[in-house]
Amino acid sequence: MKHLSLMVVATIFSVALYAQSEKYVKAMEALTPRVDTLLDKAGFIELANSFERIGNAEKTEWLPYYYAALAQVNAGYTFAMDGGFGDKTADIDPIADKAEELITKAAAISQDNSEIWVIKKMIASLKMMGNPMARYQEYGAKATVALETAKKLNPENPRVYMLEGQDLFYTPEEFGGDKQEAKVRFQTSLEKFKVQKPASTIHPAWGMGSVMYFMSQVK
Amino acid sequence: MKNLIAFSLLFILSMEGVHAQTPISGIIKDAKGKSIRGASITIKDSYDGATSDSVGKFIFNTTEKGEVLLQITAVGYQLFEQQIQLKTTPIVINTILKEEITELSAVVLSAGTFEASDRKRASAVLDPIDIVTTASANGDITGALKTLPGAQQVGESEGLFVRGGTAAETKTFIDGTLVNNFFFSSVPNVAQFSRFSPFIFKGTVFSTGGYSALYGQALSSALILESIDLPDQSSANIGISLLSASAGFQKLAKKKNASWGVNYSFTDLSLAFAVIKQRQDYSKAPKYHNIDANFRFKTSKTGMLKYYGYYSANTLAFTTNSIDTLPYLDKFAISNGNHYHNFSWRENMANRWKVQIGASYTNNRDNINGRLQGVDKQDVLLTGFENKNFDIINRGHYINAKLLFEKRLKGLSGIRFGSEYNFSNDKLNYISYTGQQFPSAVNEHIKSVFAEADVYVTNALALKGGTRVEHSTLLNKANIAPRFSVAYKLGKGSQASVAYGVFYQNPERRYLPSATNLTFMKATHYILQYQKVANGQSLRGELFYKKYDNLIKTGSSNFGEAAINNNGFGEAKGFELFWRDKKTIKNFDYWVSYSYLDTKRDFLNFPFAVAPNFAAKHTLNLVGKKFVQKLKTNFNLAYNYNSGRPYYNIALQGTAYKFTDRGTIPDYHNVSFSLNYLPSIGKKNAKSFAVYVLQVSNIFNMNQVFGYRYSYNGARRETITPTSKMFVFFGAFISLGIDRSDEIINNGL
Repeated sequence: MKHLSLMVVATIFSVALYAQSEKYVKAMEALTPRVDTLLDKAGFIELANSFERIGNAEKTEWLPYYYAALAQVNAGYTFAMDGGFGDKTADIDPIADKAEELITKAAAISQDNSEIWVIKKMIASLKMMGNPMARYQEYGAKATVALETAKKLNPENPRVYMLEGQDLFYTPEEFGGDKQEAKVRFQTSLEKFKVQKPASTIHPAWGMGSVMYFMSQVK
Repeated sequence: MKNLIAFSLLFILSMEGVHAQTPISGIIKDAKGKSIRGASITIKDSYDGATSDSVGKFIFNTTEKGEVLLQITAVGYQLFEQQIQLKTTPIVINTILKEEITELSAVVLSAGTFEASDRKRASAVLDPIDIVTTASANGDITGALKTLPGAQQVGESEGLFVRGGTAAETKTFIDGTLVNNFFFSSVPNVAQFSRFSPFIFKGTVFSTGGYSALYGQALSSALILESIDLPDQSSANIGISLLSASAGFQKLAKKKNASWGVNYSFTDLSLAFAVIKQRQDYSKAPKYHNIDANFRFKTSKTGMLKYYGYYSANTLAFTTNSIDTLPYLDKFAISNGNHYHNFSWRENMANRWKVQIGASYTNNRDNINGRLQGVDKQDVLLTGFENKNFDIINRGHYINAKLLFEKRLKGLSGIRFGSEYNFSNDKLNYISYTGQQFPSAVNEHIKSVFAEADVYVTNALALKGGTRVEHSTLLNKANIAPRFSVAYKLGKGSQASVAYGVFYQNPERRYLPSATNLTFMKATHYILQYQKVANGQSLRGELFYKKYDNLIKTGSSNFGEAAINNNGFGEAKGFELFWRDKKTIKNFDYWVSYSYLDTKRDFLNFPFAVAPNFAAKHTLNLVGKKFVQKLKTNFNLAYNYNSGRPYYNIALQGTAYKFTDRGTIPDYHNVSFSLNYLPSIGKKNAKSFAVYVLQVSNIFNMNQVFGYRYSYNGARRETITPTSKMFVFFGAFISLGIDRSDEIINNGL
């Protein structure tokens, strides 16, 4: 009888535990496809908030904070891309700082993670875009280091080559930009995308769509 | 057992109950009633929550039950928390979020302050690289600052003449401590350069008035320089130009926690002066040997210890036609040796305390040699003009130390206090034509204490109040100088600020020691500023009034002019405009500054109050910079204008000084051009980077007059002009390892 009662308790708890992790995966599965879609700024912020809520509730998971940071960076890019020249730091910095805060939380949970260094690279680039003339040196260097680290930690990460390609694509030729070289990186990225095996349905798998887009932009 | 089953059932039932939901909704606004978009509403430790929409509304359902904590966060606002009871009845939470006070969003106490730094502040109107890419600056820090409103285009002597003040009323500080010989030693009617390379500083603050109680002994202006911390990487550099050769290196420790470096440069103007004719006839063209060395060491995660040392030996000698007794020549020769050592240490302590210690030592020696010469360049002794043959030996030792404590309070508010000690020992020996020596020495200890508080009431309102108390051993007097400023944010990017302050300064060395009791000279500043900064454009307007009291008056003595009392006075008022635009034209950046100055003073030997000869009514500067990507070249152009400055000759007639000649010199125009060609840009994995610089000042070869000098009896006068009309400089600077060209491209990007 005693054994039975223990079994009942054990079952109930495991059901509860399973329910908990199932709830997490389900919640994440509902959100992760959206990181790869084009949203407006408000859409990205909403997505980031949703991930952050999960992150705050699941203190041992790095993925929610990781995605929250990614969505914040993407929200920041909508400012950076928003035409015009000149200083956009007032708009960009608060978002970049928020993304930094989130990715730091993710990095505290999962060390030496190539995907996290990819986000760190994106944050540094975002900061630079705020005021390229004043910030190129500091944040350009930070972005380079972060991307190199991401590559070292996982040379098979397709997002590393995607970002390399994007840098070459957007940099003017006079400053070392090279669309043909960019194409080579996009190709490498695409090959890696084709063979990438995310650890689960909610692990990072985004980016292939934009690589295809860039491929179509270089002859 | 029964209990257990009952418990299990209860548990399962309660899990069923989870599906009953409670709707939570509300509207989020800021203190001004504006809706906040993008705020995140969360029930702590659950997934449930929402994001506010464009009108600040949110709604979501939660399956949580009982007492929970609702949290609302939004970028730029403080966290909002509220305990709520969830019982399936709908909950409405309408709330107002308080703004977070951050450096980014808060108003800046910017009255009277121009900052060149990469910090995102409203007072940062220049980037550090602007200093070296301003065409009229000739690579000199003060040259670039002269294109800002408030500073005069005085070309016959070095220094910053700010808002009707003399150059001596501007003091320079490096890493917190006063610098005694910021410029090379003065040469009659030839402006000297500052001793320090602009590349050793990461931040420049140029205050044209109303500055903080941390700084004293300057009636008009403070130039506050902050040296760089650790470099990005080890590097070596060499530079060659028609005038100079330089080499140096900077080594960064593997752990990136320390660095050290040495630079040497040799400058010889013989070649340039052979090509470009000078007003003076040089027997010894200026030659400079400069060495500097530094080390920087991270004492902890937040602590930094820095040393910068500098040594220079330089000489020059020239003759000019003696206006007093033609056809004889006046010879002037100077040899200068100067070394300067600056130590600073800063560290963050527990409980938001910060400590900063700085100490510097300067040793300066000038040997000046004046002679009257015949046309054959041989010394002559002429009756009645014997005093044209003299020697002066100047020796100065200076120690400056500063201790500063800072405590950050809530948000950006904070208090600062500390003390400063300035010691100077000036020895002057005048040797007459007979060989008789007239030595004099002045020892001075100035001890100061200061305290100030910054209070950020909201993001839109900030106040700063401070007081400085100084005691001078030499004058045996003390002063109390209150300072106060307020800044108010009017809208996004626009703000108004006011500043008030009292400033004291000792009489200049040349009027000391004095036979009479002197006191501090005093200036009172009132400044009103409006500023608007938006996406690559900044506009600033400033209105000021400055009152001078206790200026030094001089009288005639056996040894020329001597201070007799502090009965001098004066005032300056005016307005200034500054406009910078990096946005309108792609890859083109320009600024315009205009200053209107109305000033009068009665000081030194002035018979009565007049506009001094270093103050022009209208000053205008246009500075443009364009980077052409295809050519990898940065083109810089600058135009400086000022309306004619007053001139006068003052002579002793009987016992009183009188104006014997007065008028206005012609307007001043100067157009300068420079280009930086950076061929290494974009070359992948380049190991060396080269910058070629071509600089031409006064490209239209215009006549420029700085004033007149008079013969001793006032019978003859001669124009004071630049040492040459057009001046051309060409140089190549190659850096190995580190890419300095980046700094210059960034400016054009």
